[in-house]
Amino acid sequence: MRFAVLLKWVPDLVEDLEVDDEGTGVDTEDLKFKLNEFDDHALEQALLLAGEGDEVVALTLEGDGAEKMLCTAIAKGASRGIRLTGGSSLDTAGLADSFSQALGADTYDLILTGVQSVDDRDGQLGPVLAARMGLPCVSVVSEVGLEGSTAMVAKEYSGGMVAEFEVDLPAVLGIQAASEAPRYAPVSRVRQVQQTVDLEEFAVSGTGASSGSSITGMAQPESGGGAKMLTGLDELVEVLNGLGVT
Amino acid sequence: MAGVLVVCEHLSGGFADITFEMLGLASSLQVGEVSAVAFGSMADRSGELGAASTVISAGCSDDFNPEEYAAAAKSAVETTSPDLVLVASTSMGYDIANPLAATLGIPLIAYCTGIEPEEGAFVCTSSLYGGKMGVTSTVPGPAVVMMLSGAHNADDGRIEGSPGVSDLGAVDTPGRVRFKQLIEPDQGDVDITQSGVLVAIGRGIGGKDDIEVAEELADLLDADMACSRPLVDAGWMPKSRQVGKSGMRVKPSLYIALGISGAPEHIEGMKDSATIIAINSDENAPIFDVADYGMAEDLFDVCEELIEELE
Ligand SMILES: Cc1cc2nc3c(=O)[nH]c(=O)nc-3n(C[C@H](O)[C@H](O)[C@H](O)COP(=O)(O)OP(=O)(O)OC[C@H]3O[C@@H](n4cnc5c(N)ncnc54)[C@H](O)[C@@H]3O)c2cc1C
Repeated sequence: MRFAVLLKWVPDLVEDLEVDDEGTGVDTEDLKFKLNEFDDHALEQALLLAGEGDEVVALTLEGDGAEKMLCTAIAKGASRGIRLTGGSSLDTAGLADSFSQALGADTYDLILTGVQSVDDRDGQLGPVLAARMGLPCVSVVSEVGLEGSTAMVAKEYSGGMVAEFEVDLPAVLGIQAASEAPRYAPVSRVRQVQQTVDLEEFAVSGTGASSGSSITGMAQPESGGGAKMLTGLDELVEVLNGLGVT
Repeated sequence: MAGVLVVCEHLSGGFADITFEMLGLASSLQVGEVSAVAFGSMADRSGELGAASTVISAGCSDDFNPEEYAAAAKSAVETTSPDLVLVASTSMGYDIANPLAATLGIPLIAYCTGIEPEEGAFVCTSSLYGGKMGVTSTVPGPAVVMMLSGAHNADDGRIEGSPGVSDLGAVDTPGRVRFKQLIEPDQGDVDITQSGVLVAIGRGIGGKDDIEVAEELADLLDADMACSRPLVDAGWMPKSRQVGKSGMRVKPSLYIALGISGAPEHIEGMKDSATIIAINSDENAPIFDVADYGMAEDLFDVCEELIEELE
């Protein structure tokens, strides 16, 4: 079986986000980025599913972080890494178009990606890609099992409710959580991969896909909008006393 | 025909609150007739959907199926030709809205909290970057917009009535996705939806061993422990303690959030708490927007001092 895992580089929300000068984007200068945490779960799920002779292929768009993401994926156990050149990472529509071209160049049984990312304003990649490729898709998946040419997946609803579906392969899954916490790759191992493994490249032929909408404004919600900010323990204790819980 | 089509969501035989939130919003926009597509036998309960003038009955199974529901929603859009389609930004909604917009070739806006009509277009505000940015998009109709739960009042759309019902007939799908069963959540040792006071911990707690501090505080306050999703995914806390979109919806009299950033998926599950106190070292954390009281400090410092004080 061949698994594809789609990876995306996103701002680390631990950082303070600022609006850029145009007022329509996040100021990326000095901003720290990281692998989309749900993509990390998608990768883990693929690695857990892959058995002897199976192949896990990690794909991402060229740019900052691409080499790090792909080499880390290989260090964790992925078989190959493919960097897409000339694609569009501006929005989900562009990403889906770019990935569909690269995935169409080979055959894959299961395509996994994170259920969402912090900046997918025009929709979630998994189902958009699936629609573009004419494949079935289930999102918000937290368990996957393979049985012949089908996958059994658990999709999470609200209130802790879970629905089980059987899906014909090939299929696309939007992964919410892998069945185990994502593994860790030692920095030394990642560095070793960087020095010894050649990443593959796939040239995307100009994507005309567009989200069909434009960002006209961006603003931080007023900080501390509703909260009365307390300084010092005394104030906190006073509030707790007032609520009668102490 | 212009107007708004609301894609109803249901679970366990009842319409979800988000259905009424979207119906209320759809009526308030005043951009033409409001219709609603209801799936399976839920269409028999059109009387609850009085905010819509027409209910489209989609002949689907009662259990959600990604392929079937997306195909039915598409056929409902094709028969009503709305300017705006509202879909819940939920697990089910992800698998309806995205294929719907992609196969119709119309734009989609996700994580939306508000919509203003403007000269044939819609100005939509989305909560992105974990709730740290409000992003405004202008999108021409027809468009699909995914609405976040809790941004509007469900009571505004909970109107009894007798909308006309039109039958969409059965939908044709390739049948590549088959529903098997619905699994109820494990009850766990404590039902946090019944707790009076909750001490909720997030990723800011750092490590599994550090949870002790919060437990000690919870003990002293006679509170139960709750948590955000990443702690469950890491295996540090049981699923029955998870608050949020894919966890429990809680309404304690007091919710103390320790090291929780306040992502929309978390807020959805706790915003109705009577009083919320948030402790987070990042003064810009979105959790402070829903909290009544906030402390921009290290949670360990505060917990230790507070424990000492309470003892
Ligand atoms: C479909 C879907 C469903 C989801 N369902 C849920 C759900 O049900 N519940 C849920 O919670 N999430 C859910 N999520 C995940 C959600 O998007 C967020 O990723 C999650 O809520 C973040 O959890 P957190 O706030 O604990 O972690 P983070 O966002 O990482 O925040 C940690 C916070 O701790 C603070 N901090 C760090 N150290 C300290 C310290 N020493 N003292 C004080 N503060 C500190 C940081 O400033 C930061 O704000 C869902 C996501 C998806 C896609």
